[in-house]
Amino acid sequence: MDRRTTIKWVLAASAAWPLLEKRAARADPALTARGYGTDPNLLTNYRPGEVWPLTLTAAQRRLAAIVADIIVPADDHSPSASAVGVVEFIDEWVSAPYPAHQRDRTVVLGGFAWLDEEAVRRFGKGFSDLDLGKQHGICDDICDESRAATVRRAAAHFFALYRDLTAGGFYSTPAGRKDLNFIGNVALARFDGPPPALLKTLGLS
Amino acid sequence: MPFVTAKTQKNHYDVIVVGSGAAGGQSAYTLCMDGAKVLMLEAGRNYSPESETPMFQTPDMAPLGAEGTPEKPFGFYDATVDGGWDVPGEPYVRASEEDAGRFEWWRARMLGGRTNHWGRISLRNGPYDFKPHSRDGLGIDWPIGYEDVAPYYDKVELLIGVYGSNEGLENTPNSSPGCLLPPPRPLVSDLLIAQRAKRLRIPVIPGHRAVLTQPLDFRRSPARLHPGNATAQKILAEDMRHRAACLWATPCGRGCAIRANYQSTTVHLPPALMSGNLDIATDAMVYEVTLGSDGRANGVSFVDRLSGKQRHVGARAVILAASACESVRILLNSKNAQFPNGLANSSGKVGRYLMDTVGSGLSGQIPLLENLPPLNEDAADGHQMYVPWWLYQEQHAGKLGFARGYHIEFGGGKRMPGYGTGAGLEWLTGGSYGAKFKEDVRRYYGSFVWFDGRGEMIPNDQSYCEIDPKVKDKWGIPVLRFHWQWSAHELGQAAHMQKTFADIIDAMGGKPRDPPKTDGAKAIAPGGSIIHEVGGAIMGSDPKTSVTNPWCQTWDVDNLFITDGAVFASNADKNPTLTIMALAWRAADHILERMRRKEL
Repeated sequence: MDRRTTIKWVLAASAAWPLLEKRAARADPALTARGYGTDPNLLTNYRPGEVWPLTLTAAQRRLAAIVADIIVPADDHSPSASAVGVVEFIDEWVSAPYPAHQRDRTVVLGGFAWLDEEAVRRFGKGFSDLDLGKQHGICDDICDESRAATVRRAAAHFFALYRDLTAGGFYSTPAGRKDLNFIGNVALARFDGPPPALLKTLGLS
Repeated sequence: MPFVTAKTQKNHYDVIVVGSGAAGGQSAYTLCMDGAKVLMLEAGRNYSPESETPMFQTPDMAPLGAEGTPEKPFGFYDATVDGGWDVPGEPYVRASEEDAGRFEWWRARMLGGRTNHWGRISLRNGPYDFKPHSRDGLGIDWPIGYEDVAPYYDKVELLIGVYGSNEGLENTPNSSPGCLLPPPRPLVSDLLIAQRAKRLRIPVIPGHRAVLTQPLDFRRSPARLHPGNATAQKILAEDMRHRAACLWATPCGRGCAIRANYQSTTVHLPPALMSGNLDIATDAMVYEVTLGSDGRANGVSFVDRLSGKQRHVGARAVILAASACESVRILLNSKNAQFPNGLANSSGKVGRYLMDTVGSGLSGQIPLLENLPPLNEDAADGHQMYVPWWLYQEQHAGKLGFARGYHIEFGGGKRMPGYGTGAGLEWLTGGSYGAKFKEDVRRYYGSFVWFDGRGEMIPNDQSYCEIDPKVKDKWGIPVLRFHWQWSAHELGQAAHMQKTFADIIDAMGGKPRDPPKTDGAKAIAPGGSIIHEVGGAIMGSDPKTSVTNPWCQTWDVDNLFITDGAVFASNADKNPTLTIMALAWRAADHILERMRRKEL
């Protein structure tokens, strides 16, 4: 399913998300920000917040980091998502003034609200205050849209989008490139193609 | 200073060239190198690839990981300036918003136009492609044949630098000896596709792209391109020495600061400027070709976008090279008593036979490509290899159910990680997250391949553009309204593409990301979205049914020429840019000859 059509899902599910409608109705700073235009300087190193203001609250950023690190935790290969700026990336994304990003904003903020409500419903406190095991318990129910219960379908859609955003932010960084052993984007005097030994192994020589 | 302003611009030139892309660049280059005084008018701003191209910038340096937005549809680092599917203040109208009747119009408002970001795929039309009606009774024959254009394909390839190989396949012409640069080494995925497609009797051969896989031959090519013209040879030799060979990194769509690929701004314009014969005015939005009392074009009127003032400049001849639809718009807006329906439109054919390329794509995941060792697969940025149309005999025997063919562009490899690298993997991972997700991303990174079909559309009476009676752009210039309709041939072709791609993915032991679409209407990309729009002022041998003669000269106005894709009488599966340049060179040669004979 195209995540750009998410808003339909979210609105359809909003009966289950009483907070969402209130959030969507609130005057939102991102809606008045401007984009980078059709002729931005391409050589500048942009940081999140430089082009349009970041808009997540401190509580939202705390939750954003916890969920991002559940999706991309530190391991032997690379640091966690939040350690390499993914929260700032996501904040920039959902604060961007473009229509698709505003739709994603609705999904992400709705998903954050759902996580807290679900945590309170199941464990009596907010998602950020749960231990990792309980957080995983909630995520397991929504990590695959195709298997999620109907009542959790919109939440699963949020999780899919949030995983894309987290991975998108993470694998765009030097740490993410290193994790994947990316060795391109360097000037070469010549391009020799794949090593013959590899081609032989693959039956392609 | 060859970039001119209202103060420094002369009042009269030999030739005015409207537009600075493939057609305008080639027209101006050919004219200037042979001594004609040319004014080039570009609607967008000046642009310098050497100083503006983000060569090694990584996604984390850009807003939103460099992903596309309505302001930069092909991504933040795409070379396009002030352009895209929507240009602020410059609307156009669609007669239909339904998918089947939808036409999208990509524009770039910058020096060099769309050549700054294009794919650089440079394929020759073959002999069949100029005589389609003679072969199958559909569409329209060109008034010229492959043999008329072949010498100009050679010239363009030598000038701009095109890699490829001569395979001698049907309707897939060889270049003359020495014209092509060696093709780049293929990637693992290229070789796997080639091996498995071969089992399906689908040929995979080296691609043709305007990328310098080695330095240009600055010692021999200038003499071959400009025989008897020592000045031109010297200028070109010097300029060729300043174009570096590819450094095997950074996407060509960003442009190339070292001038290793073709864009008008790095290949055509520098030597033309060096000749001293070219003036360029940017931010000059041409809206009308003006006629003298003798019925000949005497210049053009344009809006200086910086001051908003309307101005006029004169010339002995005018070349429209503003892109197919923009040139049509200028003609239709150039109404007068003699041409109440638009200039050079006594045939009523201006705006007619608008064509794009049939496009459809499918991607898949290939287990054999999982967990490969680290590889630098930036290569030539794609199209190391491709599939030319291969079913001429089956089609001729009536076995396919649709007319005309397509070629296949494909790709794969461990490209620069970014937003898409870990996105949408649920169909493979079952929704993993955490440490398992990171393992999955490592496993699948570089294991995907994609296929895009690029097929021939047959011109029809329902696909055309005209001036909208109401809507004007921010300069007050009336805008285009587009009408669009595919025929069963294009839809059948798109469905055939899907099946072919699924078959190849299957032969590779992989699985397609989405089920192949069997309904061509669902498989085909909207009109205009492949950005190969041509036609609208087609060339022909009869003034009643065409807009220009075989020399791109309008039948109605002796000194008015159109050298962009508007003159295409058919739109072969081959990407149009190389043919646009070959025809522009040929037309410019013709103009020079007539100027020498004092006919212009």
